[in-house]
Amino acid sequence: MIRFLLQGLLRDKSRSLLPVIVVTAGVMLTVWLHAYINGFMGDIIDTNARFSNGHLKVMSKAYADNMDEFPNDLALLDADSMTAVLGKEFPSVSWAQRIRFGGLLDAPDKNGETKAQGPVFGIGLDLLSPGSEEIERLNLKKSLRSGSLPREHFEALISDDFAKKLRVNPGDKVTLISSAMDGSVAIYNFVASGTVSFGSEVLDRGTIIADITDVREALNMPDASGEILGFFKGGYYDDELALSDAGSFNAVHKSAGEFAPVMRSLSQQGNMDQYVKLSSVYASYIAIIFMVAMSLVLWNAGLLGGLRRYGEIGLRLAMGEEKGHVYRTMLTESVVIGLTGSVTGTIIGLFFAWLLQKYGIDMSGIMKGTSIMIPSVVRAHITTPDFYLGFIPGLISTVTGTALSGIGIYKRQTARLFKELEV
Amino acid sequence: MENGLVIETKKLVKKFPVGKGEFIALNGIDLKIGKGEFAGLIGPSGSGKTTLLNIIGSLDMPSSGEAVVLDRPVSTLSSREAASLRKESIGFIFQSYNLLAVHTVFENVEFPLLLLNYNSADRRKMVNDALSWVGLSDKTRSKPPQLSGGECQRVAIARAMVKKPSLVLADEPTANLDAANSHNILTTMETLNRELGTTFLFATHDEKVISYLKRKIFLVDGRIDRDEVKQNQNGEK
Ligand SMILES: Nc1ncnc2c1ncn2[C@@H]1O[C@H](COP(=O)(O)OP(=O)(O)OP(=O)(O)O)[C@@H](O)[C@H]1O
Ligand SMILES: [Mg+2]
Repeated sequence: MIRFLLQGLLRDKSRSLLPVIVVTAGVMLTVWLHAYINGFMGDIIDTNARFSNGHLKVMSKAYADNMDEFPNDLALLDADSMTAVLGKEFPSVSWAQRIRFGGLLDAPDKNGETKAQGPVFGIGLDLLSPGSEEIERLNLKKSLRSGSLPREHFEALISDDFAKKLRVNPGDKVTLISSAMDGSVAIYNFVASGTVSFGSEVLDRGTIIADITDVREALNMPDASGEILGFFKGGYYDDELALSDAGSFNAVHKSAGEFAPVMRSLSQQGNMDQYVKLSSVYASYIAIIFMVAMSLVLWNAGLLGGLRRYGEIGLRLAMGEEKGHVYRTMLTESVVIGLTGSVTGTIIGLFFAWLLQKYGIDMSGIMKGTSIMIPSVVRAHITTPDFYLGFIPGLISTVTGTALSGIGIYKRQTARLFKELEV
Repeated sequence: MENGLVIETKKLVKKFPVGKGEFIALNGIDLKIGKGEFAGLIGPSGSGKTTLLNIIGSLDMPSSGEAVVLDRPVSTLSSREAASLRKESIGFIFQSYNLLAVHTVFENVEFPLLLLNYNSADRRKMVNDALSWVGLSDKTRSKPPQLSGGECQRVAIARAMVKKPSLVLADEPTANLDAANSHNILTTMETLNRELGTTFLFATHDEKVISYLKRKIFLVDGRIDRDEVKQNQNGEK
């Protein structure tokens, strides 16, 4: 009997090969799309992480409370030794000191008179020490529009639009007016080595990027850093891991002082929390919508496959096969088809997702200048759900479709099945 | 069969819902068919022949009255019991052949035996016997789409006969056949009737079939109009 059913299944391509292909294609698309959305959304989070939040961020307690104003008077002192400690405690995270600051940038003319000035937002980070990952992290090389990256002290990058507004060219001097750590006015001269454009309104409006040692000098904060950013070496933000790292750090360093360090995960900073949630929700939404659509298609295929076979079923019933047996064999067949399609579809989908994860597609040619907020290299990111997600449309829908179409076996008199077959 | 009857219907009525009302397809059929009969239901289109065969074959349920088939009252059978009655005792021949297209002639004929759990040696012998009754021993490996209409119908007959059922129900078995093929098949069935004692009940309005019948039951509008038994003959027309 089993051999008989298998023969029927294998010989009737419209009963085996065709549905398997449909299921495979649907499952493959579902898996691939989910991994792709995940990668894309993850990249957007990651760009925010690279620029301002880190996957983890260590600050003084007081600084953390007013993080948006970057209160450098509350910066972490002895930041180098703190960084070394962090490196030991969290070996799978790479740590980078940053100072963020606000101020006014003044462009003087030949005579030293102000020719233009404007509010500026600054980032001090490690640009000069060999082996620094920060240039790569902020994608500075590709974002450079004119001039060069800073090669020595006093050199800084200015956002391209801002430089145009101030009529500053590479090699020109600019003066930063800000407030020092002790509250006094800080005035410091930089040479604009080049201009950058990140394709993000916030960043291109008026940003200065300089080496952190210069910024320390300018703001008179020796050996202090506003923030120490941590980045998972795996590359992807993992909220659970970040929360547990922050939790364990804070449990150890829970001394009450204002200046005691605290660690915050990306999701614990500003409204990034909502964004992290949103993006995972977003990925699932799209995956769910797609899964529902695929499910309908596969369900329909299962349904049609069943209806098409009323003739054969009617015949088998007339020969004295029991309804329950016919129904069970139909279901078993659809399980076999659903499983085969889901497994091959998942494998193929994962393979394509893996290709996209490993090699990525460089879109920077298409999206010139949009290197920060929208990632220029589109990559997939394979996560655990990708291994089982495809089975929902692939297996469950196929079987449900068959199950529903098969109810006709029970509902109709056998004689009716025959009528439908004969017409 | 306590009383030697294979089929006995008592005041059998079948109504079909049509729109808001109902249509009476069988209107009080009282019929007795004994073992080894070679009988036919004859009547114009719509007279209820197929409906009656379906009920006797336990593919459909009577609205009232009863059909007792091989001592089992059809209306009281569960779907499981009806299936087992069909599986063990009834062979169907349908107006359209209803062969499984992806299976070979051999496999099509073998199917009823699979349901009865015969072992493969027995199955092989029985299928080959059945195919030789209908003269298709050389086509065992063909698939239905490769056969002529007459050959398909003969496969269907072999399938109905292979398990040597007590009762064969044949609905317009010659509808798609030419005269030569029709006679061929009817002769085959006659032989099986004689040699195995199988009871045959036909539904037909084909003159060729009618001429072979030993008993003619005329149906008109769901009622038995006449019931003629051929006298003094031995299955020859
Ligand atoms: N499921 C059904 N619903 C409604 N009416 C039906 C149904 N099945 C049969 N009928 C009606 O019952 C009557 C008898 O049908 P049946 O199929 O038994 O006729 P028949 O004698 O076999 O005719 P034919 O020689 O054309 O095959 C017909 O008028 C038909 O329309
Ligand atoms: Mg009919």
